[in-house]
Amino acid sequence: MCISVLQLFYSFFKSLVGKDVVVELKNDLSICGTLHSVDQYLNIKLTDISVTDPEKYPHMLSVKNCFIRGSVVRYVQLPADEVDTQLLQDAARKEALQQKQ
Amino acid sequence: SLFINPQQKCTVKTIVIASNIQSFCCLFELTEKHLVLLRDGRTLIGFLRSIDQFANLVLQQTVERIHVGKRYGDIPRGIFIVRGENVVLLGEIDLEKESDTSLQQVCIEDILEEQRLQQQSRQEAEKTKHLALKERGLVMPRSDIMDEYGVQHQY
Repeated sequence: MCISVLQLFYSFFKSLVGKDVVVELKNDLSICGTLHSVDQYLNIKLTDISVTDPEKYPHMLSVKNCFIRGSVVRYVQLPADEVDTQLLQDAARKEALQQKQ
Repeated sequence: SLFINPQQKCTVKTIVIASNIQSFCCLFELTEKHLVLLRDGRTLIGFLRSIDQFANLVLQQTVERIHVGKRYGDIPRGIFIVRGENVVLLGEIDLEKESDTSLQQVCIEDILEEQRLQQQSRQEAEKTKHLALKERGLVMPRSDIMDEYGVQHQY
């Protein structure tokens, strides 16, 4: 049932490849980086990463690129001017209506 | 999944994995070490030999790294097979950046002792906080166990 909604967000993230995002994980780690790629599971690959919060996480110091499993993402913070929220809202509403039928 | 035979000389520099429907977003260099963060809070470092769309991993010459403050210690673990659901993050270690860090390596016994002390003081602080909140009528979930998403917060 959720497949088409995932498709929507997969396409949405694909359109944001190359932009700088901040991914907040469920373990409270926040990572800033350039969105390199995304897949159907919403797994995210970031390049040129930096840990945004103070270095409570010293093990990330030597990592430049990383792959993040989709299931551990809590939020993806996006630059406001890169997202057409009206368009996204309309698309999401359309998906929801289609699913109801 | 794509499996690389470690006996062969690894001349393959990058692997691109495509599932039969859409391509899996993993483009990796195989010559460098990788860092894996697990849901239980552990950090593994090793050579990545295999990965698939579920993030199931095979790591060779794996080392479990324990960080306490600015110090760390490594426990050699050999070959690891990690089920994808336990993976939080997989990172490529940049060798230049690794030699730049201000972290200091200590022996295993020392770091385990430091970790034990750190966890002890955390638990005591947690207990006091828990008690103080309880007295005010608030019951907070214990943070040393995993939350409902199964992810360990305190590293």
